[in-house]
Amino acid sequence: MEKYVLIALFAPLVGSLFAGAYAMKPKRLITGIVTSALLFVSFISSLILLFYLLKTEEVVRVKLFDWITTGSLTIPFGFVADQVSVIMMVTVTLVSTLVHVYSIGYMEHDKGFNRFFSYLSAFVFSMLVLVMSDNFAGLFIGWEGVGLCSWLLIGFWYYKKDEPRDVNPSISPSWAANEAFIMNRIADLGMLIGLFIIYWHIGSLDYKIVFAHVNLLDIAVITMMGVFLFIGAMGKSAQFPLHTWLADAMEGPTPVSALIHAATMVTAGVYLVVRSFPIYSQIPNIGFYIAALGAFVAVFAASMALVNTDLKRIIAYSTLSQLGYMFVAAGLGAYWVALFHLMTHAFFKALLFLGAGNVMHAMNDELNIFKMGGLYKVMRWTAIFMIIASLALSGIYPFAGFFSKDKILEVAFDSQHYILWFMLWVGAGMTAFYSFRLIMLVFFGEERYKKYGFHPHEAHWYMLAAMAPLALLAIVAGFFEEPFEEFVTQLLPEYHVHIHGILAVALIGLTTLMALSGIGLAVYKYSHGGFSPKWKETFIYKLLYNQYYIPVLYEKLFIEPYKELSKIAWKELDLRIVDATVDFIAGIIYKSGFAGRVVQSGNLSKMLRWMVIGLLILLVLVIVYSPVR
Amino acid sequence: MFEVVAFYLFAALTIVMFVITVTSKNALYAMSSLAAGMIFISAFFFLLDADFLGVVQIIVYSGAVMALYAFAMMFMDTTKEVKENNPPKKIVFFLSGMIALLLVLILLTPIISDKVKALYPMSDEIGNTEAVGIVLFTKYLVPFEVAAIMLLVAMIAGIILASKRMDESITLKIDQEIEQKGAE
Amino acid sequence: MITLTHYLVLSAILFSIALVGVLRRKNLLMLFFATEIALNAINIAFAAISKYYGDLTGQMFAFFVIAIAASEVAVGLGLLIIWYKRRGTIDLDSLQTMHG
Repeated sequence: MEKYVLIALFAPLVGSLFAGAYAMKPKRLITGIVTSALLFVSFISSLILLFYLLKTEEVVRVKLFDWITTGSLTIPFGFVADQVSVIMMVTVTLVSTLVHVYSIGYMEHDKGFNRFFSYLSAFVFSMLVLVMSDNFAGLFIGWEGVGLCSWLLIGFWYYKKDEPRDVNPSISPSWAANEAFIMNRIADLGMLIGLFIIYWHIGSLDYKIVFAHVNLLDIAVITMMGVFLFIGAMGKSAQFPLHTWLADAMEGPTPVSALIHAATMVTAGVYLVVRSFPIYSQIPNIGFYIAALGAFVAVFAASMALVNTDLKRIIAYSTLSQLGYMFVAAGLGAYWVALFHLMTHAFFKALLFLGAGNVMHAMNDELNIFKMGGLYKVMRWTAIFMIIASLALSGIYPFAGFFSKDKILEVAFDSQHYILWFMLWVGAGMTAFYSFRLIMLVFFGEERYKKYGFHPHEAHWYMLAAMAPLALLAIVAGFFEEPFEEFVTQLLPEYHVHIHGILAVALIGLTTLMALSGIGLAVYKYSHGGFSPKWKETFIYKLLYNQYYIPVLYEKLFIEPYKELSKIAWKELDLRIVDATVDFIAGIIYKSGFAGRVVQSGNLSKMLRWMVIGLLILLVLVIVYSPVR
Repeated sequence: MFEVVAFYLFAALTIVMFVITVTSKNALYAMSSLAAGMIFISAFFFLLDADFLGVVQIIVYSGAVMALYAFAMMFMDTTKEVKENNPPKKIVFFLSGMIALLLVLILLTPIISDKVKALYPMSDEIGNTEAVGIVLFTKYLVPFEVAAIMLLVAMIAGIILASKRMDESITLKIDQEIEQKGAE
Repeated sequence: MITLTHYLVLSAILFSIALVGVLRRKNLLMLFFATEIALNAINIAFAAISKYYGDLTGQMFAFFVIAIAASEVAVGLGLLIIWYKRRGTIDLDSLQTMHG
């Protein structure tokens, strides 16, 4: 089985290197095909591992070699395929294979075609390192690797010029890429501190050893570990207050948004919390804080999605909101529920993004949903796929989202956090509303695109074919709830909901009712001309539309003072002190060289004399320092 | 007794010859005294039971090297004395004298001899030439071959350098061109 | 009785003579002669050490020194001849095109 672990891990790397070899060349279709094929190989290997684990319940461990061995610190390149990582592997490789195939069509006219596939496969490799590593150091490498690939891919169209914030809220791809990278660095510092604390107190970074010894530690230490690791998770999973980068990350190509900023990378934070469950289950207070933050983000992000007009940003806020749901589950100790929602969310959110990609393609990269409408007639399959994804996202039976999301609400109710439950319940309604607001504005109603002179067309058949498996999974994945629970709780702690009978039915009914009313409101309002223009004048609309003015606040609060500080450091510190010191030293050396140049007369006789003087000095030294006999 | 007499005699002769070599204004005299000094040095080798080395010394130095010098001097006008702008004598003699003094001082201190172990001890049973042959063609075979190749290379280099056409060599031309360009 | 020290001192004296030659003379040919003297001075030391320690290694080194000296003479004289052909002089001070 070891070989399947290695194949699953390294096939994307091979693909990335292959495509990378053509990076500077004009488009070659072969790069897209080879990388997709290799990812498919990786997916098959992951599936084989999944079935092997299902059958034998035997965890597969591979140790490649020792990476760092100094003193008492030993960090091996070890990989593990256990119940959690195998679920992540299958999810990641499946979604990324489909996104790769889709990208062949999506990027077909892009001049960076080969480069794109190289980055995308490199991302998958990093993500697999992240989920498969058997120690925190390997996880951190993967963590940084996906951060790097995310930076490369958000800034993929780096040549686009900066625009003012009121024209394009994310300014430019390179700006957005840097924002994402820097915010993640801030969070990664937290994570690194967490790793240091773990190593300091336990003396190892290996999951097995850490989790076996963590309960022996002082509760304050465990709390510190949990808090700092969660700061890392907050950055990667874009939780408040480090959430602004995710919406701006939509500057990248849409397949990237689908794969990285919806399905896989942003869920790494959830994965980290799930993976570190022995730490978090010791500290329920922190868990409650995580859950509270998750619930807050779920509502907070959903509220921003309500009014946004940008197709991709709406879906990005929805991703944020769903990540909040996952953290609620993880924070309340229902780790398998979090993982389950992570998986189903990956399917339907990737589908939603790929659908959005089709729409963007059809509309020449126009993103304003108020310029669309009535696209159902020309893009039937895309529309159907996106409606399926939206239904799944809203949590309507029998779509995948119903099972996972409802479970999270049940967990919140069951653990008697009624306020959290209420927030999530409201969030569910908002989710349904904005999802169908989007559907209504894009696919139904008046054909506004004709006014703007667009000629939409359906995407390539293979792009649709790549979306089909996701659509299928968005429908059926929920029915695997019980085998899934049974499988992952071999590793993760079990969580039983104690609500039965009437109450459970009532809760499900209440949630479904909320979702349906959200859908109903959206359908009714937007089939009757939408809200009145007066609504746009209200303070609440402006607050939501401008993302609670948080990006502006960050700019005033952090970026500008930092800029001033940098200027002082440059003009005062660097130029006056550092540069002057260096120049002074250089001046001394230059002058002494100028003075000493005379020695180099080029005359052999004189040089010989210098040589003999040197010899004399050496002989004197020999006598002076010769050992006394 | 014979050894003592021989040592001092040859030491005096060698030193005199070499002093003539380094001080003589005439290159021909210098070369002759150098050749004589070389032969006297071979006497030390015989005294030191290094017969083969002594023979090689006579053949190589007094034979080959001196012949080379003689031929080289034919290329040049050796009768014309090179006008030497000699450096101040004081510095030269001070430096050389100090080095001689220091070297002698260092050498006069007793050497801890029991720490030295002979790797290839000499034996009385076989002659020096035979012993040299055995060591040279076993332990020192590779350096020996390398030295042979080095001599070959040196020979080819000597032939090429001294051949007729070398006064208008490529390197020379480039040199002149550079000088011309510098002048421009 | 002649000891190793005698030979080594002789070797040192000869080496110093060579040093005087190297330092004082401006005639390139003389410089070559002086280097020959220096090499021979070292050869004496090698042979003496070889004898007094009963080890052939010293003699081996002397052989290689002789080989090197021979090569040096061949190449050096070739260069000297070229120089003489070009400049018509073998004065050391004429070899001064590279100076700082």
